[in-house]
Amino acid sequence: MEASAAGDFDRRNSSWYVDKVVQALVFIGGISGILCILGIFVFISKEGFGFIANTIDIKEFFTSPNWRPTSEENPTYGALALIAGTASVTGLAMVVAVPFSLGAAIYIGEFARGKTREVLKVLVEMLAAIPSVVWGFIGLSIMNPVIIDLFDVPVGLNVLNAGVILGLMAAPIMTTIAEDALKAVPDHYREAAEAMGATRWQVTFRVVLPAAKNGLVAAVLLGVGRGFGETMAVLMASGHSINMPDSIFDSVRALTATIAAELGETAVGSDHYQALFTLGIFLFAITFVINLAADLVLRGIRKEA
Amino acid sequence: MVTDEGRTAVDGSTRDGAEVKLSVRDLSISYGDKTVLSGVSFDVEEHEIFGIIGPANSGKTSFLRALNRMDDFIPEMQVEGEVLFNGMEVRRWRNVYALRRRIGVVFPLPVGLPLSIYDNVALSPQLSGIKDKTVLDETVERCLRRAALWDEVKDRLDSLGSLLSGGQQQRLTIARALSQEPELLLLDEFSIAVDPVTTMRIEDVLKELKQEMTIILVTNLVQQARRLADRTAFFLSGELVEVAATEDLFTGQVQDARSRDYVEGRFG
Amino acid sequence: MFETTDLNQRNRQVESRVKTLFLLMTLLLILPVLVILTMLVIKGGPMLSIDFLFTEPTQGMTAGGILPALVGTVWLVVVALLASVPFGVAAALYLSEYAADNWLTRIINLAIINLAGVPSIVHALFGVGAFVLFFRFGTSILAASLTLAVMTLPVVIVSTREALQAVPHAFREACWNMGATRWQTIRRVVLPNSISGILTGVILEVSRTAGETAPIMFTGAAFYLPFLPQSVYDQTMAMSLHLFVISTQVPDVPEGLPYGVALVLIGMVLSMNALSIAFRTYLRGKKKW
Repeated sequence: MEASAAGDFDRRNSSWYVDKVVQALVFIGGISGILCILGIFVFISKEGFGFIANTIDIKEFFTSPNWRPTSEENPTYGALALIAGTASVTGLAMVVAVPFSLGAAIYIGEFARGKTREVLKVLVEMLAAIPSVVWGFIGLSIMNPVIIDLFDVPVGLNVLNAGVILGLMAAPIMTTIAEDALKAVPDHYREAAEAMGATRWQVTFRVVLPAAKNGLVAAVLLGVGRGFGETMAVLMASGHSINMPDSIFDSVRALTATIAAELGETAVGSDHYQALFTLGIFLFAITFVINLAADLVLRGIRKEA
Repeated sequence: MVTDEGRTAVDGSTRDGAEVKLSVRDLSISYGDKTVLSGVSFDVEEHEIFGIIGPANSGKTSFLRALNRMDDFIPEMQVEGEVLFNGMEVRRWRNVYALRRRIGVVFPLPVGLPLSIYDNVALSPQLSGIKDKTVLDETVERCLRRAALWDEVKDRLDSLGSLLSGGQQQRLTIARALSQEPELLLLDEFSIAVDPVTTMRIEDVLKELKQEMTIILVTNLVQQARRLADRTAFFLSGELVEVAATEDLFTGQVQDARSRDYVEGRFG
Repeated sequence: MFETTDLNQRNRQVESRVKTLFLLMTLLLILPVLVILTMLVIKGGPMLSIDFLFTEPTQGMTAGGILPALVGTVWLVVVALLASVPFGVAAALYLSEYAADNWLTRIINLAIINLAGVPSIVHALFGVGAFVLFFRFGTSILAASLTLAVMTLPVVIVSTREALQAVPHAFREACWNMGATRWQTIRRVVLPNSISGILTGVILEVSRTAGETAPIMFTGAAFYLPFLPQSVYDQTMAMSLHLFVISTQVPDVPEGLPYGVALVLIGMVLSMNALSIAFRTYLRGKKKW
């Protein structure tokens, strides 16, 4: 097959070269993730950083609730109301979603068996696939009249509506990640506790939950990140009016929704256009930190394991 | 212990006139800070069956891995010292794939690839560029016959190799190693997953293959080493205790008491 | 065990109550959604007809069908796949088959995790800055699809990597032992045994891509454009944006119309999703080793 002389130790054949070429190609693919994230950073900074450096008053941005970029004589760029809008909707969503998704994760992961478990898992997975614009539509046309009737308020597009919608959206994802975290706890932990006569709930509460703690925290963090970044559903269900919310029946406007609603009406390069990119930089930074935190928490598990 | 002048040649050193196929010099292997083999040196001659015996965790498998540079794929595995194959340090082979093609390996746990039985055996010749169907057919049949598997599978060469029984998969693995037409065949406890009758058949095959290639046989069945090996090395806890002509080892004519204890089964 | 029958009994009570509580929480999570979906079907179902799917919208989108939006979504998804699948599969191959455990690999993994977490509207801003303006693709299918491709890249990478790593390592070692190069090993053994898993991930990606709205709003999707796109440089309507537009921007839309659009959109997305799940279940049942 090959000459038996020792001399060919050095001879590289075509398959050697093919392998090297493929390695180079997949390496390009490999770093594409880095290029994309850098690209996002570079391109939104390019459009927005000049504005941050020259025009915007950082103090006003974070402390003023007045977002009036279209004002003729005195445009103001206070994002506080938008931040409050995003925070209130996300906060309510988490209040709704965290207990339910952790409960569901525990039921699916620790109590359900066989077919039931498979069916529930598939259902949760399907829920996670419903597009956000459909959720927004549900908020707009189904939740809205329900809230008006139920609470006797004039407008049903508010923190409550957007929060519940966002909660329903985030819950399947949080459930899936939390269930993964529970599954990562080795079975012999459970078996050891059960051998001592502990019930399933005692095993779950005393053994599994503490062991899965980090994964559950990460699940919640990723849910928060998802809530912060959600656009269409919040745009359609929150009422989209600039407001520091006093109650869950106030309409609010979110950071993401502001970009989505206004970008189409701005001229490229205008102050308003740049201000929207500034919001984008802010969102990017926040979600980056949240994802980084979730990753660090998750890495914590692996180190302990 | 060497008592007979005439035996010195077949003791640890090589026979006169035989070509040295593989030469190991001061070889040490470690994983992280755990050393599994330290300071091993010996030669393996062309056309001999070289046995390596020793209890579990004595560094036998790691030794085999170092020979065909599988350490390239195991990040934490470090190899020091020299391994000369055909007189050439294996680390200096720039085309490591050509090196591995000349060294066939059979590991203890059989691995039937999830390809057809035919492709399992034809894969290696195909990879080296052979496309002629008749040549491939002929290679597949010859290698399967030699591995004592042909009769069992000749009517279902299209079925998946990975779904054969353990013993059949191990013979398939051997057939695959033979299809490379290796110069050096490494066998690591090949009989673990094989029934005794098949083991004997494969052993007969190995005796024949000796005419064509050099074989290193790692085994924890000392009697298997006795049946097959020309010379045998005894590894213990990461050290080479000694290399001796197999008959000497089994008749007690050895220098180190631990070797005798081991082959006589007086070892924990 | 001996004297604690009371305790045991109480334990069992607590156990069954807790179990019921968690079951209720699970159902409360799922049931409202099922109710909502049912309402969509009830209200949107009557809209559905062959005409609805295959005619253009008329009278300022208050009547007629959804053909341009349907076709536009197919264009957007296909072009996005053409861009993201090669890069995603290459990235997964690199991470699973070539990359050593070093700083670069850690950074790549971190980048993928973060890319998956970037808000969709930020992807839209990126698409505008990069594809529409910098690369001068204008608002076009190309710009919108590339934006979607960047957004769904992590989905392809993660699912492909999982499919690759489901192939046992022993098969790779066996090939390497024969002198196969890494690429030969991938081509002959790894890919043939993971291709169905990779496809499952791609189908999942289709389902994600088809439903996205924000990333395409400013990069290539048009509010109202009653023509079918001719090339990737055209703008197009899309199902997701169409739903947004007719439910918020257009006056006097008959009540059933947006329900019909929502139903078709969710039908597309969920059927792709179900296909992916069914495919996965089928594969799990079919053992090759």
